[in-house]
Amino acid sequence: MELTDIIVKVILIVIVFAISLVIAMYSTYAERKIAAFFQDRVGPNRAGPFGMLQPLADGAKMFLKEEIIPTRASGLLFIVGPSLAILTACIGSAVIPWGQKLTIGSTIIDLQVTDINVGILYIFGVVSLGVYGIMIGGWASNNKYSLLGAIRAASQNISYEISMGLSIIALLLVTGSLSLREIAEQQHGFWHDGWFTWNFFKQPLGFLIFIVCAFAETNRTPFDLPECETELVGGYHTEYSSMKLGFYLFAEYINMFVSSAVMATLYFGGYNFPFMDSLGLSANWITIIGVIVLFAKIFAFIFFFMWIRWTIPRFRYDQLMNLGWKTLIPLAIANIVITGIVVTLLN
Amino acid sequence: MSTFYFIAFLSIFFAILVITARNPVHSILYLVLTFFTFTVHYILLNAQFLAVVNFIVYMGAILVLFLYTLMLMNLNKDNEPMKSNIVKIAAVFGGGCLLVTIVASLKTMAISQPVVLQNPELGLVKNLGKILFNEFLLPFEVSSLLLLSAMVGAVLLATKDKQPKTQPDGKLY
Repeated sequence: MELTDIIVKVILIVIVFAISLVIAMYSTYAERKIAAFFQDRVGPNRAGPFGMLQPLADGAKMFLKEEIIPTRASGLLFIVGPSLAILTACIGSAVIPWGQKLTIGSTIIDLQVTDINVGILYIFGVVSLGVYGIMIGGWASNNKYSLLGAIRAASQNISYEISMGLSIIALLLVTGSLSLREIAEQQHGFWHDGWFTWNFFKQPLGFLIFIVCAFAETNRTPFDLPECETELVGGYHTEYSSMKLGFYLFAEYINMFVSSAVMATLYFGGYNFPFMDSLGLSANWITIIGVIVLFAKIFAFIFFFMWIRWTIPRFRYDQLMNLGWKTLIPLAIANIVITGIVVTLLN
Repeated sequence: MSTFYFIAFLSIFFAILVITARNPVHSILYLVLTFFTFTVHYILLNAQFLAVVNFIVYMGAILVLFLYTLMLMNLNKDNEPMKSNIVKIAAVFGGGCLLVTIVASLKTMAISQPVVLQNPELGLVKNLGKILFNEFLLPFEVSSLLLLSAMVGAVLLATKDKQPKTQPDGKLY
């Protein structure tokens, strides 16, 4: 690795990090505006034009609020909890390919922080690690409601991880690669050899299972039982205040952004868009348009997350477990078998 | 080489903390860190697939279940069971046996080359899959059967009690 490579990578990491934080920040604004739209209200409109400065005001409020650590809480772990939550949320974006290669002068910039050849499994590992932040925080609070929230989070994440893994296996049968860059490249354009190139059209059932599990893994409604206000006060973050609470809330929005990016890359062509070869533009322009297209897809998914949140009520706990174990897992296994047969017949 | 020794030191350090920690939840968290250092060992050996599977299965699933159970058990010093003298004598005897075994194995120890790989590409997904499904197909399938039977057994144990329970007033709940 040369010095320029390292500098490019560092700049790329900083940009990706900044973008995820800014998007997470403005997701809170978007969520409140969309909620207001769905409920026929106005939403935040006091701070700045259209309330655009509301996330900044909220951030300042979070930082300036009094920091409370309960006396009976387990000191260090109480701080480790939210730190781990935000850390696991942020490292997931490292393997996502944001675009094709940019050529500036003689240097070729790869718009991906790192292309490890087990990219999907890396994302899966980060997702499975995410539950520790919630569990440690909930346990360290020394509060019954927090503990119940933490336990719900753990059982929910483990249950839905299984079907998520099984839906990814079916996808891997189609792509034959674990590298996210290669999977994105395979979906080049939109139409090839008489069928769509995007994996959504090859794996519709797998995508459905994956998106349901993504909702469950990010603890979004209808799967937000770990922080169910009507039963558990605030769930795992009942005892948290100030920026520690802010980290938990922020981690949820970053998770939503990263899982939207993963879904766009795995199933909806990533940075590819229809007619990308017939526009007659130079490679750099195609790359830049590709990045914009990827972000458009990500925003569409984030909107979908919010749309569902304000449309579907929360599950009851037994419904959640039944859906995970008795519906999604058999469906995912059937999907693997069908995909296997089809792939064998087509080859 | 120095990375290996550093990570090996961390593994042993956290493993010692696992057994010396007084609080069982802390103990499990140290075990998580120990498994994380194992993941780093696998990466040093260029076994990416094993590394990431160790990460997902051990750190992400099995230890979460451990933590889950321990959080529900509410273990603390007040209700720690007193150990009888027979248990203590048995523990001393067992520890002594372990010590003898360790000393005996140290006597025959030779310096190995842990970081030098025979085949550096072995740990990549494609090669590992080919070896597992060609050379070691039978042991692989037999072990999967073993896991399946263990799973069925666990489910059977959990659902053994099929009679509906009644409350003192005779109503079903």
